[in-house]
Amino acid sequence: MTDFPWLSALVLLPILGGAVTAALPSRPAAVLPKQIALGTSTATAVLAAIVGIGYQAGGGMQFTETYEWIGAFGASYALGVDGIGLVLVLLTALLVPLVLLASWHDADTGNTSLFFSLVLLLEGLALAVFMAQDVFLFYVVFEATLIPAYFLVGRFGGVGRARAAMKFLLYMLAGGLIMLASVVGLYAVSADAGAPSYLISDLSQLDYSTWTGRWLFLGFFIAFAIKAPLFPVHTWLPDTTAAATPGTSVLLICVLDKIGTYGMLRFCLELFPEASQWATPVVVTLALISIVYGALMAIGQDDMLRLIGLTSLSHFGFIVLGIFVLNSQGMSGSTLYMFNHGLATAALFLVAGYLIRRRGSSLISEQGGVEKAAPVLAGMFLIAGLATLGLPGLSPFVSEFLVLVGGFDYHWLVGAVAVTGIVLAAIYVLLMYQRTMTGPTSPEIATMPDLNRREIGALAPLVLVMVLLGFYPQPMLDVINPTIESTMTSVGVTDDEPDVPADAAGDTEEEAK
Amino acid sequence: MSEFSKPVIEYGQLWPLLVIFGVACAGVLVEAFAPRALRARTQTWLSLAGLTAAFVGVVVIGTGLSDNDGWRGGIVMEGALAVDGPTVFLWGLLLLISAAGVLLFAERKLEAGVSAFAGQAAALPGTEAEREASTQGLDHTEVFPLMMFAVAGMMMFTSANDLLTMFVGLEVLSLPLYLLSGLARRRRLLSQEAALKYFLLGAFSSGFFIYGIALVYGYSGSMNFAGINEAIANSTGNRGLLLAGMGLLAVGMLFKVGAAPFQAWTPDVYQGAPTAVTAFMSAATKVAAFGALMRLFYVAFGSERWSWVPLLWVVAILTMLVGSVLAIAQSDVKRMLAYSAIAHTGFLLTGVLGARSSGVLGEGAITSTQAVLFYLVTYAFTTLGAFAVVSLVRDGSGESTHLSRWAGLGKVSPVVAGVFALFLLSMAGIPLTAGFTGKWAVFASAMSAGAWPVVLVAVLSSAIAAFFYLRVIVLMYFSDPVGPGPSVTLPSALTTSAIALGVAATVVLGIVPGPVLDLAGAMGAFVR
Repeated sequence: MTDFPWLSALVLLPILGGAVTAALPSRPAAVLPKQIALGTSTATAVLAAIVGIGYQAGGGMQFTETYEWIGAFGASYALGVDGIGLVLVLLTALLVPLVLLASWHDADTGNTSLFFSLVLLLEGLALAVFMAQDVFLFYVVFEATLIPAYFLVGRFGGVGRARAAMKFLLYMLAGGLIMLASVVGLYAVSADAGAPSYLISDLSQLDYSTWTGRWLFLGFFIAFAIKAPLFPVHTWLPDTTAAATPGTSVLLICVLDKIGTYGMLRFCLELFPEASQWATPVVVTLALISIVYGALMAIGQDDMLRLIGLTSLSHFGFIVLGIFVLNSQGMSGSTLYMFNHGLATAALFLVAGYLIRRRGSSLISEQGGVEKAAPVLAGMFLIAGLATLGLPGLSPFVSEFLVLVGGFDYHWLVGAVAVTGIVLAAIYVLLMYQRTMTGPTSPEIATMPDLNRREIGALAPLVLVMVLLGFYPQPMLDVINPTIESTMTSVGVTDDEPDVPADAAGDTEEEAK
Repeated sequence: MSEFSKPVIEYGQLWPLLVIFGVACAGVLVEAFAPRALRARTQTWLSLAGLTAAFVGVVVIGTGLSDNDGWRGGIVMEGALAVDGPTVFLWGLLLLISAAGVLLFAERKLEAGVSAFAGQAAALPGTEAEREASTQGLDHTEVFPLMMFAVAGMMMFTSANDLLTMFVGLEVLSLPLYLLSGLARRRRLLSQEAALKYFLLGAFSSGFFIYGIALVYGYSGSMNFAGINEAIANSTGNRGLLLAGMGLLAVGMLFKVGAAPFQAWTPDVYQGAPTAVTAFMSAATKVAAFGALMRLFYVAFGSERWSWVPLLWVVAILTMLVGSVLAIAQSDVKRMLAYSAIAHTGFLLTGVLGARSSGVLGEGAITSTQAVLFYLVTYAFTTLGAFAVVSLVRDGSGESTHLSRWAGLGKVSPVVAGVFALFLLSMAGIPLTAGFTGKWAVFASAMSAGAWPVVLVAVLSSAIAAFFYLRVIVLMYFSDPVGPGPSVTLPSALTTSAIALGVAATVVLGIVPGPVLDLAGAMGAFVR
């Protein structure tokens, strides 16, 4: 590894690109800002790939950069990636160029350069969130992501966007402020123990009294539960996805919401191991409710964007479940799930977006027979849908399977309830497909053009990666597993020895050694 | 009878204060002797020159303080004033705010060639005399010396080391502000009502303050803070007197900072006063009053902490909740900012009650003085800038402060709306703005002192407050203009530079707060 600050470059490049884009004249449908934004995000993806190639699996925290930032607060500018962070960095860097490509005309009626610059700004901040190794820095960029997200929803969405943006922001701010209390509390503990420091590596050495740890844990957990989202603080989710453009929804659900589950894994477990074990029964219950409730709600939706939003509630239930069953299959599965959910849901949102743009309505009841008019669109929709419901051969299956193994390992009842989520997923995906794509074709739909090359270009990489990782997930697991093991060690839990029935999980354990 | 000895006056440490008093007096002479046409210009330059000279003095004294030769400031003027770290820090801050205030006072482009102050304050509203004053283009340039007197009073208030000097400082700063509040050119009845209300309630609170002085003197036999502290430490005298006196002094102080339940004057005065005065007053009064409040409680009553800290807990919680809840119901920008100022007073009190003795502080941990001083810097520039922006949004009858008139401002004037949104985000405490770092500092100070219930309420009221700040942003960006829509009058370079100062401070202190925070830490020791 050279001394070049790769991670800082990864944060700064999109932010600078966003600034340049914003400075360009905001003529509606201007092409130049779009091209610059796409170029910047592609370059960012290349940088991320370089980091991914240079990363050595099992080597702990890498590419670290640490500088003092605010001495009096004990805050540092500290970046680094480990297996969990790297997976999410790669996901973010992969998704943003595809979203820009897919949203090429979404902002043509409004302030085009603003849309593209906000997306880049959001990308830079989100990358910083996943790489921050200092709680203060994490908090700052965590909250800062809300500003571009808010304007993306509020300025470029559909009907009711201002209201949805406000609801989104108030939920997020409330969560953020609760977390602020805990962040400040960490300072108090750290300052009492000696010189104050916000570095995760320093904080994980601290000793808390039992209840201090539990209160601080709660502050973090509630914020992350709102972000993820988890039942019962999920109600912002369907409203936001229904009002935002599909591209924005991809950024919110597939990238930003991962901060919630990432934060649980990185902060809740590593900083407050005792409190995490204490909270496990409640969290697992909430996760199960989210899985089933989200799926049931999705079945009843007529608005495709709401439906996809609610499927994510169900999927985030799986991710949280995997994290809090506190065994290696669950946690590895969850980390992989974060990546795979990003791919599958992004594909589903984007295809739905194409369809809605053509039809002019997001209601399922307004569609029908699309597969005759636009067979490629229908095919893509089917692939994305099947990925979402966890079809073997596509990558989400692997992660879902691992999480279920982890669930059964925790308690058979937990696994059994979680499995119903898969059955329900099949219902909501296939019903949606049947109602929109099959059946008689109405005259408005018969003239619908099929996907053009740009639109296919935005989807193809997603499908490709899903198929590749569906058949051969090992490279990702090799990156994830060593990090999960060190997380398990710091939480102080070990796997139960014998009764792990699945081959997949057994293999990964061997590989990691 | 002892022999009379000549008092020693340390001019070397006091000259910034004396310069401001001198400039104020010179301003009165200018009013008397300079021809009318030249007055406004002369006053502006005189005030700016005086403020600059005083600021240079503050920097020189401050450099002497921060040299590590052990001199942490001292008691001067025979014990009447203390020139120490907090004094120097607050003096510097007050002078910067006042410079921005002078720029706002001198603005003449917004009212098409005249200032924002009444042509002839003595003319009754709606009479022939008023119209005449207006057509002649008369102008009250006395506002500049009045402001200088207020600034001198504030500097005295923050550095006062005995109760009498503190009271004199309080009055010297208050009286000019009462007058300034009543001098609006437009909506004069509202302005005069504000001035009268401010004066009556202010006079009432001064009464409390002076009664408190009497009782504390009765307890300790000393006006001097060190003497009071010693009396408390030796626990001589009647504790009932001490507690009652402390309570009454607190009433006077809490009135000045605008804390609940003594906040009732704030919205009316902030709304009625000319916006330039509101901008100056909301920033500078808060700074001066918190400086004095900390000195009084930390230096004089430091040994009696366990009696006043619980009181401040209650007041801080009440203030934050009252400020943020009532702000939701406001439909006028200035009133909304006034209630937000009340909420910020609560946050500042949260910092003040984080006082701990230096023995229990960890190495490098943030002190309450440091946190409050830093918060004052962040808040002062943000609120100053926000009110300055309010003065730009106008229609035919002057400023249009009703919120409905702000709808769609983002489309009409993206720059003004963007700047105002930045100030609102800072007040809401969004990271990467000054408001966040300030809030973090006071919360950390309170949390370290174990005041977690107060911090929880502070967090809760921040969430409530975020709602009404965001509502304005929504209104500016996502609503369509009603009727002819808002119009923004382009200001001259004067107001523009004041706003630019606010923007710069808000952004810089949000991203690299380190230097100012360290300065506040280095300057954070009161001398006794």
